[in-house]
Amino acid sequence: MATAEATIRTAAEPKSGIWSWITTVDHKRIGIMYGVTALAFFLIGGIEALLIRIQLAKPENDFLSAEVYNQMFTMHGTTMIFLFAMPIFVALFNYIVPLQIGARDVAFPRLNALSYWIFLLGGLFLNASFLFGAAPNAGWFGYAPLTSTTYSPGLNIDFWAVGLQILGVSSIMGGVNFITTIINLRAPGMTLMRMPLFTWMTFVTSFLLITALPVLAVGLFFLSFDRFYGTNFYVANAGGEPILWQHLFWIFGHPEVYILILPAFGIISDVLPTFARKPLFGYALVVYSGVLIAFISWGVWAHHMFATGLGPIADSFFAITTMIVGIPTGVKIFNWLATLWGGKIKFTTAMLFAIGLIPLFTMGGVSGMHHASPPADLQQTDTYYVVAHFHYVILGGVAMGIFSGIYYWFPKITGKFLDETLGKWHFWLFVIGVNLTFFPMHFAGLLGMPRRTFTYSAELNLQTYNMIETIGGFVTAIATLVFIWNVVRSLRKGEAAGANPWGAHTLEWATTSPPPEYNFAELPEIRSREPLWDHPEDYDAQAQIVTHEIHMPSPSFWPLLTAIGVTVTFGLMMTKLWWPPLIGLAWTAIAVMNWAYEPASKH
Amino acid sequence: MDHAAAAPAPHHETATGLDTFKLGFWTFIGSETLFFGSLIATYMVYKGQSVRGPYPSDVFDIPLTSISTFVLLMSSLMMVLALAAVQRGDRKGTLTWLLATAGFGAIFLGFQSYEFTHFYHEGLTLGTNLFGSSFFVLTGFHGAHVTIGVIWLMALWVQALRGKLGQADAVKVEVAGLYWHFVDIVWIVIFTLVYLLE
Amino acid sequence: MSFLSRTLPRTLAVASIAMLAALWAGCAGDYPQSTFSPVTELGVRINELFASLFWWTMLVLVIVFVLLVYILIRFRSRPGVEPKKFYGNNLAEIGWTLGPAMIVVILLVPTVRTIFYTYEEPPEDALVVEAVGHQWWWEFRYPQLGIITANEMHLPVGRPVDIRLSSADVIHNWWVPRLGGKRYNYPIAARPQGAPEPKNYERISFTVNEPGQYSGQCAEFCGESHALMRMMVVAESPEEFDAWVQGMKAPANAVPAAGTLEEQGYNAFLRVGCTACHAVAGTPAMGRLGPDLTGIGSRWKIGAGLLPNTAEHLAKWIRNSAEVKPGSKMLAFPNITDEDMTAIIAYLQSLR
Repeated sequence: MATAEATIRTAAEPKSGIWSWITTVDHKRIGIMYGVTALAFFLIGGIEALLIRIQLAKPENDFLSAEVYNQMFTMHGTTMIFLFAMPIFVALFNYIVPLQIGARDVAFPRLNALSYWIFLLGGLFLNASFLFGAAPNAGWFGYAPLTSTTYSPGLNIDFWAVGLQILGVSSIMGGVNFITTIINLRAPGMTLMRMPLFTWMTFVTSFLLITALPVLAVGLFFLSFDRFYGTNFYVANAGGEPILWQHLFWIFGHPEVYILILPAFGIISDVLPTFARKPLFGYALVVYSGVLIAFISWGVWAHHMFATGLGPIADSFFAITTMIVGIPTGVKIFNWLATLWGGKIKFTTAMLFAIGLIPLFTMGGVSGMHHASPPADLQQTDTYYVVAHFHYVILGGVAMGIFSGIYYWFPKITGKFLDETLGKWHFWLFVIGVNLTFFPMHFAGLLGMPRRTFTYSAELNLQTYNMIETIGGFVTAIATLVFIWNVVRSLRKGEAAGANPWGAHTLEWATTSPPPEYNFAELPEIRSREPLWDHPEDYDAQAQIVTHEIHMPSPSFWPLLTAIGVTVTFGLMMTKLWWPPLIGLAWTAIAVMNWAYEPASKH
Repeated sequence: MDHAAAAPAPHHETATGLDTFKLGFWTFIGSETLFFGSLIATYMVYKGQSVRGPYPSDVFDIPLTSISTFVLLMSSLMMVLALAAVQRGDRKGTLTWLLATAGFGAIFLGFQSYEFTHFYHEGLTLGTNLFGSSFFVLTGFHGAHVTIGVIWLMALWVQALRGKLGQADAVKVEVAGLYWHFVDIVWIVIFTLVYLLE
Repeated sequence: MSFLSRTLPRTLAVASIAMLAALWAGCAGDYPQSTFSPVTELGVRINELFASLFWWTMLVLVIVFVLLVYILIRFRSRPGVEPKKFYGNNLAEIGWTLGPAMIVVILLVPTVRTIFYTYEEPPEDALVVEAVGHQWWWEFRYPQLGIITANEMHLPVGRPVDIRLSSADVIHNWWVPRLGGKRYNYPIAARPQGAPEPKNYERISFTVNEPGQYSGQCAEFCGESHALMRMMVVAESPEEFDAWVQGMKAPANAVPAAGTLEEQGYNAFLRVGCTACHAVAGTPAMGRLGPDLTGIGSRWKIGAGLLPNTAEHLAKWIRNSAEVKPGSKMLAFPNITDEDMTAIIAYLQSLR
């Protein structure tokens, strides 16, 4: 059976070389760029964490000065959340979701590229602050009025506010893109309730993105305008309320953490069935619980503010909603256990990370339930107990999902396996490291150690806990090195992988590894949730014969130019003059006009 | 088995039958709702909290602002007429009503500039008090959105002038109309909550 | 491969349990800022609530762990055994939705009760202390008694206390773990003594049941030296407290006898500029920008809990506080002569 040459029409631009990457609008390439960039930021954020842990290894240490330490913990949080966790999921949304729904690309390929370039430029902008010795230093959620020019006169907070503002644009554009893609570009027969869970969670997360990021944007505009143009939004002397920042930030901030975890939940909901060799238990409930979590996440934000004296009614309301959001989350845990029940479990590295999420995230969920009770939280908040909680849900939940997804989809993306032995070393070292670092923090917090302290008194008797935590940090670092080595080595000489090396059930496995530019030649109508298991005869990657013209979107450099315009516009706000940003706006307008007049597909 | 013999892929059919550009834009409007919602909520929270004047009653000229509101409302009507013209392939009508919409939008912006300048002379700036901060930022962002809308409409007008805005391109005008009506509705909310409820 | 798939997991399981036990045992040690040994009813009620939260959630955690371990052993891939293919079970799903829901309801009842308890108004006769946070020290005013001090708060045992929290600059967070939870110090413009009460302040109220010294620190990131913004609450018998109050109102050694080293120090103190920021009751020094120095000689530490209260450290602090406390807003005084310094320190140490 000969594979006929595809009559694929794209503009006659080169497929290799830097220019092809700069102008690409292919979701797979954009996904790879997101992934590589996010992993680079992961390493930077990790080094920041190690520096923190070295400083805290013993009391009254002088490895880092107070100012540098404060910059480290601020950038560690900001980098890990905005420059690693969110973009790495976007990398997977980009690469995998169109494949899972049987589409050729996302709804707006150039907008997709724009999102990437803005992310890259925003991340570079934020880190450029180091060159000025003025990295942000007021924490990843920078409370007013500490962030005002009165108390933070330098460039640090300028970089922070502007950098986050730039990044927010990327996220909102991405959210719009994925919602439209998932609603409108599904292959025939792919009803919403037949979509893989990863795509479902991408869908839900995208709604959270487009609704939460605008609120942060407003909060940041208020902060920037207070700093640059003399407004009074957070200025107590003028009658302004510093607590307004907290409300705006956390109205964004709480949905933000669900933006982080829901994709991880989606990934393991696809991975667990594959390696248990049976379908996801209670698909509908897993979907609905995800949707419910997203809805409820809108009503819990003030649980970050229980020590601010909101009053008994508000405290009670948010305690109730916060505890209630634990219920659909708990439901998922049991559905995953039931997915494994009666299965034929194969412990690949991807599966190990997926399974590992279950106990580790539950531990984080448990401490989360403790925080949900305002009076108890009065002792826990702003201590290492909270640091333990969120690192368990992030490292034990978000990161486990990320690594599971990487090991799972690496063969699809590259056509090669990641090495399983190295993978298992990565997994175990990571689990050990994470637990060594963050388990003792539960104790340190309740024994009186507040968070964000560049040092602590020897009188607190908490040095043993801190030392163990530091050792754990290095174990995690070694795990990460093993992972990087695995990736580098496997890219060069990994074992070759076919179309469906795991025997999985979703559509991305119905095409070659890596897929051709057009993803699928032809897709028969989708008839089930596990199409590759239920109707394997419909999908034979080797027999994908292209018989008709496939129109692919053409490469374009306008997204990059627009991204530069956006970055310049916001960046020039730092001059504190009103007219420089207009230059950036003009540039952006010209780039957008050209983009609008350029046809999506040049043929 | 030869699956290649299956029917050729349908051309650009979407899973819902809805136009992708339109669907995407509705999603974007969703995010804009939260953007303006937060700005308006802040204004409401800070209402009456200014420590010093000028206060809204010192500077607002409701009759004047009512006129500019009416102008903006009328521009939405013209937008509707513009869309109708494009949809029936009426080039002249398209040109007329697109220009009219943009024109009325520009008139609204003119009123806004006049109003802001007048407030400035009354001593109300961004930094004077909470009223100045929250009012100018809210209406400023709204004005910026109207400005972008006017530019967009003029770009479409130029397209129509060149004969490149036919019936097949109606969705472009529909989406511009969607944006324009949204911006108008935001103004109705602002006018009610900021001006009338004072 | 067997190491990674059998030996390692099993070793880890044993090691984890051992570590858990060790950490738990560690709880019994001496931790001055432990939340587990409260000396107020507020602290006790918070811990009771926490215990309830803890054990119910542990139940869920243990169930999940046990189930998971069982599943991983029982259903691991073995040749010849095929997976059972089922899609769901409504009864099971209802069960594990209602189960957690019930636990949530069980936890909400004491939660809401304790919430209202924490907001109860203190009695009319409570001792009012205004705790004003500054970057990076604590100001404590006793408006009913007419005294102001810094960093070391004295309280009488057995009497309700109403701590009213505010800040002179950024948001701080008052936390003395053994006394109960923490609350934010919000910025309201700093008021001179005697000014009318501000409209919003946060408050925390409790009654200390046991005499002792209870350390605490700021728990909301407030800038460069946030980590060094510490305090000590000294809870003492009502008699001892009254004696302290008297000593603060009319300190015996405020103006030393003529001809003494302390008097030399007093004059130097007035001369070199200390009074721009500092105050000592009973003297012309009335500066309010910095901590009140009445009774500083007997404070447990100097620099807001940073340095021991000795001559050497006092000198170091006065010469250049920013060297030991990064960002300190106290001016440096490098030009004070050694003679003056010795005298000033003698004076300060005499303020008991």
